[in-house]
Amino acid sequence: MFWYLLLLWGGISAVEVQRPRGVPLSKRPFYEENKPFTCLDGSRTIPFDRINDDYCDCQDGSDEPGTAACPNGNFHCTNAGFRPTFIPSSHVNDGICDCCDATDEYNSGAECQNTCRELWRKEKESMQKLAEIAKEGFLLKQQLIQEAKRGLEEKQTKLGEVQNSKKDLETNVEALRTAKEAAEQPEKEAKERHLKELLGGVDKVNTAAFETIWSKIREKYVSEVRTQTPSSNTDGPAPVETPQEEVREPVSDNDSEPYPDDDIPEEEDEDEDEDEDEDMDDGDYKVTGFDYILECLPIFTKSLFSSAAQKARNEFEEAERALREVDDQIRNLEKEISFDFGPSSEFAYLYSQCYELTTGEYVYRLCPFNRVSQKPKYGGSETNLGTWGKWAGPEGNVYSVMKYEQGTGCWQGPNRSTTVKLTCGKETVVTSTSEPSRCEYLMEFTSPAVCQEAPDLEVSDIHEEL
Amino acid sequence: MVLTEKGVCFQLVEADTQTKLLLTVSPCKCDTVRILIDEAQPGKARYRVSDVLTGDPQSEQLRVESQTQDFVTLSWSLAQHQVRVWHFPFRVEILKDQEVIVTFNSKGKLWFERLQDRSVLHSLFSVTLETTFKEKYDNQTKPCTDFYVLTETRGAYTLGPSSIGADLCLHGFRHAYGLPEHSDQLLDGEPYRLYNLDVFAYDLHSRLGLYGSVPLMVAHRADRTIGVFWLNASETFVNLQYLPTDPQTDVHWLSESGVIDCMVLLGPSPHQLFHQYAQLTGYQALPPFFALGYHQCRWNYDDEADVRAVDAGFDRHNIPYDVIWLDIEHTDGKRYFTWDSARFPEPAKLQRHLEKKNRKMVVISDPHIKVDADWSLYREARDGGHFVRDREGHIYQGSCWPGESSYVDFSSTATRAWYSTCFSLEKYKGSTSVLFVWNDMNEPSVFSGPEQTLPKDAVHHGGWEHRDLHNLYGFYQHMATADGLLTRSGGSERPFVLSRSFFAGSQRFGAIWTGDNVASWDHLKISIPMVLSLSLAGIVFCGADVGGFVQDPEPELLVRWYQAAALLPFFRGHSDKKTKRREPWLFGEEVTAAIRAAVQQRWYHLLPYWYTLFHYAHNSGLPPVRPLWTEFPREEHTFTEDTALCPVGGALLACPVTQPGVEEVRVLLPGSNEIWYDICSGQEYGGGQTLSLPVTLDTIPVFQRGGSVVCRSTGSGTCAADFQQLPLTLTVALNCQGRAAGELYLDDGHSFGYRVRKSRLRRFCLRSGCLRCR
Repeated sequence: MFWYLLLLWGGISAVEVQRPRGVPLSKRPFYEENKPFTCLDGSRTIPFDRINDDYCDCQDGSDEPGTAACPNGNFHCTNAGFRPTFIPSSHVNDGICDCCDATDEYNSGAECQNTCRELWRKEKESMQKLAEIAKEGFLLKQQLIQEAKRGLEEKQTKLGEVQNSKKDLETNVEALRTAKEAAEQPEKEAKERHLKELLGGVDKVNTAAFETIWSKIREKYVSEVRTQTPSSNTDGPAPVETPQEEVREPVSDNDSEPYPDDDIPEEEDEDEDEDEDEDMDDGDYKVTGFDYILECLPIFTKSLFSSAAQKARNEFEEAERALREVDDQIRNLEKEISFDFGPSSEFAYLYSQCYELTTGEYVYRLCPFNRVSQKPKYGGSETNLGTWGKWAGPEGNVYSVMKYEQGTGCWQGPNRSTTVKLTCGKETVVTSTSEPSRCEYLMEFTSPAVCQEAPDLEVSDIHEEL
Repeated sequence: MVLTEKGVCFQLVEADTQTKLLLTVSPCKCDTVRILIDEAQPGKARYRVSDVLTGDPQSEQLRVESQTQDFVTLSWSLAQHQVRVWHFPFRVEILKDQEVIVTFNSKGKLWFERLQDRSVLHSLFSVTLETTFKEKYDNQTKPCTDFYVLTETRGAYTLGPSSIGADLCLHGFRHAYGLPEHSDQLLDGEPYRLYNLDVFAYDLHSRLGLYGSVPLMVAHRADRTIGVFWLNASETFVNLQYLPTDPQTDVHWLSESGVIDCMVLLGPSPHQLFHQYAQLTGYQALPPFFALGYHQCRWNYDDEADVRAVDAGFDRHNIPYDVIWLDIEHTDGKRYFTWDSARFPEPAKLQRHLEKKNRKMVVISDPHIKVDADWSLYREARDGGHFVRDREGHIYQGSCWPGESSYVDFSSTATRAWYSTCFSLEKYKGSTSVLFVWNDMNEPSVFSGPEQTLPKDAVHHGGWEHRDLHNLYGFYQHMATADGLLTRSGGSERPFVLSRSFFAGSQRFGAIWTGDNVASWDHLKISIPMVLSLSLAGIVFCGADVGGFVQDPEPELLVRWYQAAALLPFFRGHSDKKTKRREPWLFGEEVTAAIRAAVQQRWYHLLPYWYTLFHYAHNSGLPPVRPLWTEFPREEHTFTEDTALCPVGGALLACPVTQPGVEEVRVLLPGSNEIWYDICSGQEYGGGQTLSLPVTLDTIPVFQRGGSVVCRSTGSGTCAADFQQLPLTLTVALNCQGRAAGELYLDDGHSFGYRVRKSRLRRFCLRSGCLRCR
C-alpha cells in the first residue's frame, strides 16, 4: 500500500503526477479529479472542489491536505532530491520554511529556497563520515573482543590458582589459631584475676583511681540494667545476674545505648547530600565497657600481656588477613567474570576505568560499571550521580544505554540517577552531560564497542519523485 | 452641614474624647455613594490612596429632601436613591424608594485613632503601653485566637497608632463575594485579612492574605447586586456576618492607617455593578493578541539551547504556543536587566529566532535590587534616591534571591519614571521588541523581613510609612513596568506585564496569576473560584499556573489542568525548579494528544471569541469569565454554585473535570427557558436541570447557550498570529424562539489603532432562518 518511487541518485528524470497540493503520491488514487471525494476516514463525501478550499470538512483533515484549515491535517513535502516527509498542517504558510523543497510556503510571502539537494549532499557527507568511523570503530571492537576473551581466560586461570592457594591459607590459619590460644591461656587467667580485684575488692585498689573509672563507666552499667529490666519484668524470664561477658559485647543497636556526647558522630541529619561514603563502621566509635577499663588502667593491664602470646596473636592475625585478601580477590574475580560486558564482552575494557568531562562549573566522572559523580571545578565535595544499575537500552539494542541509580538524594527530591547513552566512536570519551529533569542526568559516551558493521551506503531512501 | 458641589460635609464629634472628624458624603455618577471620613483638624495629613481611582469621581449635586431633628434626607439627579444621615447615634442610610439598602455605622463600630505627635507623646507615655494594631482588632471584635501568625514591629511608628474602622449593614443580602486574594469562598466567621504576602504553596481555605488585595466586596440578592469598595492600602481585616433569619449581611472593616474612604456601588444588576466599579478603578487593559495565547514557563529554562529545544518541541508535537518565559536564572547573579553570559550569551539572537516564528519571550524582573556598588543599575537607584529607607533614614536592606538587596520605592512618581526607562531597548542590553516582562516577588517579598515582607516602619517617598501603602507596592511596580514597555515602543505597542501582587486597579496594567500553587487536585479545583473572585473584582486577565507550581502532577492531573485552564483568561504552564520537567509531550502519546486538543480546540480555536470578550472587558468592565449568578441573577440556586461551573462570556458554560478517575460529571444547566448545546456532540439539553455527563480523559464539558453565536478559527497554526489569519467559523445556537445573536471584535492585535476606530465590531444575528452580519 505504501510505496515510493525509489530511484537512485542522479537516476532517470521522473514524470510529474497531477494531484491536489499536499497529497503524497501513495494517496493520489483517493483524490480523483472531478469526482466526489470521500474523507479518508470514510466519515463523509464532498464535492471535489471542496478539497483544499481552506475549509475543514473531514474530521481526519483529509480534505485539506494543502492548507492549514484542519487542526489535525498533514501536509506532504515531496522534497525531490531528499527524502519526503509530512509536516503538521499548522506549519503550512506560517512563514517558516519547513519543507526543503519550499512547497509549504506557497502563500505566506516567506522567501524559501529549495535546499533539498544541498541537504542531501550534507547528509551524504555526514553519513560517509559516520560510516568511516563505524568501520574503524568496528575493527577496534574486534580487537576489544579478542582482548576481552584473553582477559577472561586469564582471570579464570587466576581464579583457579587463587582458590587453590586459599586452601593452604585456611589450614595455616587453623594451625596458628591453636598456637595462639595455647599461648594466651596464662595471660587470660591473669586478666581475670585483676578484673576481680578491680570490681570485686574495693579495698585492694586505689580508691581515687576507682572513682575516676567508675564515674566513667557507671552510666553504661546502669543503662544496661535499665534497658533490660522492662522486658524482663513483663514477658521475659526472671532477670538473672548479668554476666561480665555480656557487657563486653558491642551492642549492635546504636540508638538504644546512650554514649557520651562527644562519641556520637555529628553529621547524622545535616549532610543529606554527601554522607554516602562516610558511614562509619560500628567498631570505630563504639567503645565497650571493657575497653574503657583497659584504656583507663594502663598500670593494671600492661603487665598482663606476655610477649609470647602477643607474637602468636600477631602471626595469627597476619594469616587471617592474608586469607581475607584472598577471599576478596576471589570475590572480585568472580564478580568480573560473571559481569555482563555485552554479547562478546566488548565492554570489558571499560571495567575499572574512569572517564572525565569538564564543563563550565563541574568535572563529571564516569567510571563504567561502577559509578558516576560530579565535582565542582573550584573546590567542594563530590556528589554521587548514581551507582551502576543495569543495561537499559530498548529491546534489541539493550547495550546502547547504561543506567546508574541511587545516587545522592536531592533536597526534597529523588535520588540522583544518570542515563549514559553510548554511541559509536573511535575513541572512548564522555562527550556531553546534561540534567534534562531535576536530578536525572544524561551523559553521552562514545566507544568503539558499540560500533556495528558499517552500513551499506548504497541502500538509502533518497528519491526523485516529482 | 455644608452642601457643596462635591457633596455634603458634616462634623462628627465623639462624645467622650471630643475627637472631631469630618464626614463627606458624595454621590458619584453611575450610582455610587462615597463616604469619606478624615480628621477635622489633622496635625499631620493622613495617607490617602492615590493612583487607584482613575480620576476624581464626578459628583452629583445633592439637594435636601427633608430635615428633622434626628436626620436629614438628601437626594440627587433623578431621585432614584436617597441618603439619610442620622445625627445621634450617627449613621448613614442609603435608600431606594424608601427601602434602606445599606446602613453605614449601623452597629456603631466607627473607629478612628488620631495621629499623634511622637515628640509630645513620648514624654507622656511609655512606648510599651501602645497596643499593636492587631491587638486592637482583637479587642474590637470577638476574640480571635491564634489567627495572626506573626507579629509586626511593635510601637515603632513615628506617628503612633492610627487605625480606622467602620461597619456596614447590607439589608436583605445573604450572599457575599469578592475580596480577593484568598484561596476560599467568602463565608462568615473568622475575619478575612488583606495584606499582600509571599506565601509559598499556600494552604487552601485560609483567610490570611495572599499575594494581592482588592478591597471590594460584592453582595447579591435576586433583585439587586451591590458592592462595597473600601479604598485603603494598609493591612485590613474584613469580618462578615450573615443573618439568615432577617436576611442581612454585616460587614466590619478595620484598617491599620489612612482614612475611611468607602464607596457603595448600587448596581442594581451585576453587569451595571461591573461597569460602576470599572468607572472607579479603570477597565482591563486590552491585551496584545499574542498574550491570549498559551504561555510556557519554568523555573528555569537553563540556557539558549534549552529554550530552542522546548520551542522546537512544541512544533514537533504540533501544539501551538506563543510565549516562552525565563525565570530568575537567566540573569547575571539575579541582577535583573542583565543576562548570564554563559547560559544566555546571545539573548537578542534568541529572541529574533522566536520572532521569526511570531513568538515572544518574557523575562522576570523583581523589585529587589542586588546591593552591588559595581553594578551601574544599583548605583543609579542608590544615587537617585530610588530605594525604600528604614526609619533611621538609611537605605533599607533585606535579603532575597540575590542576597542582600534594596527595594525600589515604586510609590514615588520620579522613581517609577526612572524604573520605566530601564526597559528602553538601548538601556536594557539584550532586549528586543518581542521581550515582555513579568514582576514576581512584589508583595514585596523580603526573606529576612517580618512576615517575609518589608517592615511596616520602612519609609517611602514623602515620608509615608510602609504600613500606609503596603498593599500598593506590587500595584505600583506593575504600573511602572507597563509604562516602561509602553514608552519603549514610543507609545505605539500594547505592553504585556504579568504581576503576582496587585491591588484594585491593577487590571489597567496587565495580567495577574495566583502565585505558587501546588500540583494537587484541590489546587486545581480552587483555581476556578479564585479566578472568578479576581474577575468579579475587576482583575479579569488572570489565571493559575497550569499543572501546579510546586510538586509533580500525575499525568491525569496535568491533562485535566490544561483542560480547565484552557477555559480561563490567562493560560500559562509553570513549574518549580525542584519539579521534574513537564512539557506536554513527556508523558506518552495519549497525554500529549489530550493536551494538544485542549490547547488547540478549547483555546486557540476560540481566540476570536476570547478577544471579543476582552474587548467587552476593556469597554464595559464585563469580565470574560464570571460567577454563574451574574448571568442568572434571579436563580437562587446559582448563588452558592461553587463547583467548577464557569460561564465563559455569555455564550459558553464550562464545567471542567477537576477530580481524578471520574467517568461522569454532574453539570448544572441553569435557566428553565434556556437551551444548551454540548459543543462536542451538538446534543441539545433543556436548562433548569442537572445533567450526568459521561467523560473520558479527552472530555472537556462545554455547553453553548441557545441564542448565541460564537466565532472560531478552526484551522491549525503554531501561534496566535497564525490563527488570526485563518478563516472564521460561526457556530449559531438557536434559542426557543429560533433566534441567535453574537458579536465579533477585530483589530490589528498589537497597536492602539482601535482608539482611533481602526477596529470592527461585527454583529451576527439569526432571525427567521436568516443570518445577518452588520
